[in-house]
Amino acid sequence: MWKFIAKRVGQMIVLFYIFLALLFVLLDLQPGDISQQFVGNPDIPPEAKQLMIDQLGLDEPKHIQLFNHLKNYSTFNMGASWSQYPRDVSDILFSALPRTIYLFLTATILAYILGFWTGKIVAWKRNTATEKAVMGTSIFLWTVFYPWFAILMLWFFAAYLDWFPVGKFVTLNFESRPDLVNSISDVLFRTSGSEAASGWTSSAAPGANDVFMLLFTSLIVGTIAFFGIRWIVKRQVKDPTTQARLFTGGTVLVFGGFVLYWITNEYGPWAFDIFWHSVIPVMTLTLVSYAGTTLLTRTSMIETLKEDYILTARAKGVPDVTIRDRHSARNAMLPVTTSLVLALATVIGGGIITEQIFSWPGIGQTYLAALSSEDIPLTMGALALIGILALIAHLVADILYAYLDPRIRVQG
Amino acid sequence: MADLLTKPEGDAPEGEAIIATPLWRIRLRLFRRSFARNWKIFAQNKMGLAGLAIIVLFGLMAIAHPIFMATIWDGHEEGGKNVYDPRAGADAVIVEKTVVPDGEITDPTTQIGQTEAALQGTGLVIPEVGTVMTAPLANPAPPVISGVPHPHWLGTDPFGGDILSQLLFGARAAFALGFTAAISSVLIATAVGTVAAYYGGVIDTLLMRLVDLMILIPALPLLIVISGFWDLDLIKLGIVIGVTSGLGGTAIILKSQALSVKVRPFIDAARVAGGSDFRIVLQHITPNVLPLSFLYMMFGVTAAIFIEASLSFLGLLAIDQSWGIMINIAHTQGYTLQGLQVWWLMIPAGASVTLFSAGFFMVARAMDEVVNPRLRAR
Repeated sequence: MWKFIAKRVGQMIVLFYIFLALLFVLLDLQPGDISQQFVGNPDIPPEAKQLMIDQLGLDEPKHIQLFNHLKNYSTFNMGASWSQYPRDVSDILFSALPRTIYLFLTATILAYILGFWTGKIVAWKRNTATEKAVMGTSIFLWTVFYPWFAILMLWFFAAYLDWFPVGKFVTLNFESRPDLVNSISDVLFRTSGSEAASGWTSSAAPGANDVFMLLFTSLIVGTIAFFGIRWIVKRQVKDPTTQARLFTGGTVLVFGGFVLYWITNEYGPWAFDIFWHSVIPVMTLTLVSYAGTTLLTRTSMIETLKEDYILTARAKGVPDVTIRDRHSARNAMLPVTTSLVLALATVIGGGIITEQIFSWPGIGQTYLAALSSEDIPLTMGALALIGILALIAHLVADILYAYLDPRIRVQG
Repeated sequence: MADLLTKPEGDAPEGEAIIATPLWRIRLRLFRRSFARNWKIFAQNKMGLAGLAIIVLFGLMAIAHPIFMATIWDGHEEGGKNVYDPRAGADAVIVEKTVVPDGEITDPTTQIGQTEAALQGTGLVIPEVGTVMTAPLANPAPPVISGVPHPHWLGTDPFGGDILSQLLFGARAAFALGFTAAISSVLIATAVGTVAAYYGGVIDTLLMRLVDLMILIPALPLLIVISGFWDLDLIKLGIVIGVTSGLGGTAIILKSQALSVKVRPFIDAARVAGGSDFRIVLQHITPNVLPLSFLYMMFGVTAAIFIEASLSFLGLLAIDQSWGIMINIAHTQGYTLQGLQVWWLMIPAGASVTLFSAGFFMVARAMDEVVNPRLRAR
């Protein structure tokens, strides 16, 4: 297993460098090469120009430039952004990254759990009204033009029903809790009091980011605790009744602990505000990838249901639910798991649209904003980051698949 | 070909005289027979037929546009331009009453300020890349069928452009782009797949690593940066989408198909008979891969339309008019949150993109059952 992982990691690193080189070629292929691109642009601070010339070695031959480019990127030294000049590209990207991960991880996990459950049941109840209804909805959600669907969701939930805020990341005003303004802004936020008092701004407010990071970390810890408890219980406890009780107990414990932590925390209202803003984007993303998971699970289940061991299980009188959940769904899981991880990679592409429509300040919006303001270092940095994320997703998919299916491990 | 038919039998060489009918006729008959057989399988799938109906409907829409422009929309000049021109047409005198943000009906003269207010209220970031509209700001007019100088059957957009005309023109654009992308994608995928399968070795490794790389890079961000750096028109965009998707998963599937063809005896026979590598790849392997290629071409159309509409929606393309641009205009002009009050801005265009790609997707799914017998047996 370790040998397999080491081999895959090695391949990924090689591919990543090829990808970086491709980025350089793309940059160089622009109308007028890199050295000409920005010289005449008055919007770029002269220091930024000089920094770019120094970093890439623009007065040197192309292969040295390429080498410098690769060297800079492997040390996360992606230069300074042009549009937000003194800030480093890596700084901007790493503050935006958790927001994107939060959105997509939540949506993907939700979609996977719900979609697998629906797909399993639908495959079991073939040719019923339920199946037809679920299939119709899923095919619609799967083929719908995503930006249009997102806009309609935004209109329906934020304007028509008026349940959720329209886009953006946070709205809560600092003035509602004046006691917090000083402490938070002085200790954590590195901004002056007057700026902070004007409220949260979506893109650059470091304060929002700090609260968000706390929320993000607690969510990650909660998720790991939840699945960790399930995993341990499944391994250690053999009796199904105790198992079920422990599952319920663990879920209540983790969820209760999470809620309790945020109720007692002084950032609670801010965290809730961020959460409230993320409801529509998460819902939209979940619905679309839920449809995909359902369709795939159904196909995969139908295939496993044809296997001989299902017939054997039926013949010896195993209950239907056990056949469905233990014999069939387990084997149907393989392709669904891979697609889940790969979906994480492709969803970043769709994420650009989601973040644009819901004004969610993640990687996608940073990327579009950088492109529209011709901020080449930031654009390239964001694209490189999207590439890395895709590579990591593929790596995780490979490892997960090898873990689930021993045949792949043996072949290498 | 025709002279083959009239040729007297005595003139033909000894070997060919046995078969009186010319070769092309036999081929045609075989083709017709296999087509009828495949059609039977295809027609059993109701979804595929529905998809075909949708595609035909959009085809009619695309054909209808120039006809409408020449007949019922002809001669509606205003300021030197035809009001119904899908690209530059603008009906400045909008129908007397228009819908405003809160749903009231008021006089159009007071509207400009309110449109801007609506834009402010949405709090949405407006993409400022690419398309810049210079037409005077008018208001979206609801559908009017008669009683005005220029009737708009599906209303107008915020700039006074006729929605129906744009919608029909969009169908043309969608077909042009979809087919350019699909054909170039399949050409590249077939070439890469067959060559990699036939030659193997270093060529195979190089091509397949390139394919791996293309699969790894998310397509949309890459195309966004490409369209940000270069001005792409519809055909160029189609080719770029075709190249990026043709070097992806399709190439691998076609390669595995080509590998299974390569080991069949007739390839050895062709080689023994002295066929060159090029001829074997082109004449013997490619025809056996083509049904699968055609299937992936159908899937390719769906992907291409989706990408084009997304890029247009983000305002990154320099193309004249498309469904994506129609949604982009409605969105950037601040009509997002009015939803069904101004349904003619978003619903026709969005539903068109959805239906168009769904149509090709459904046809492709049904064709999959024809090409791949394993899916057929239930």
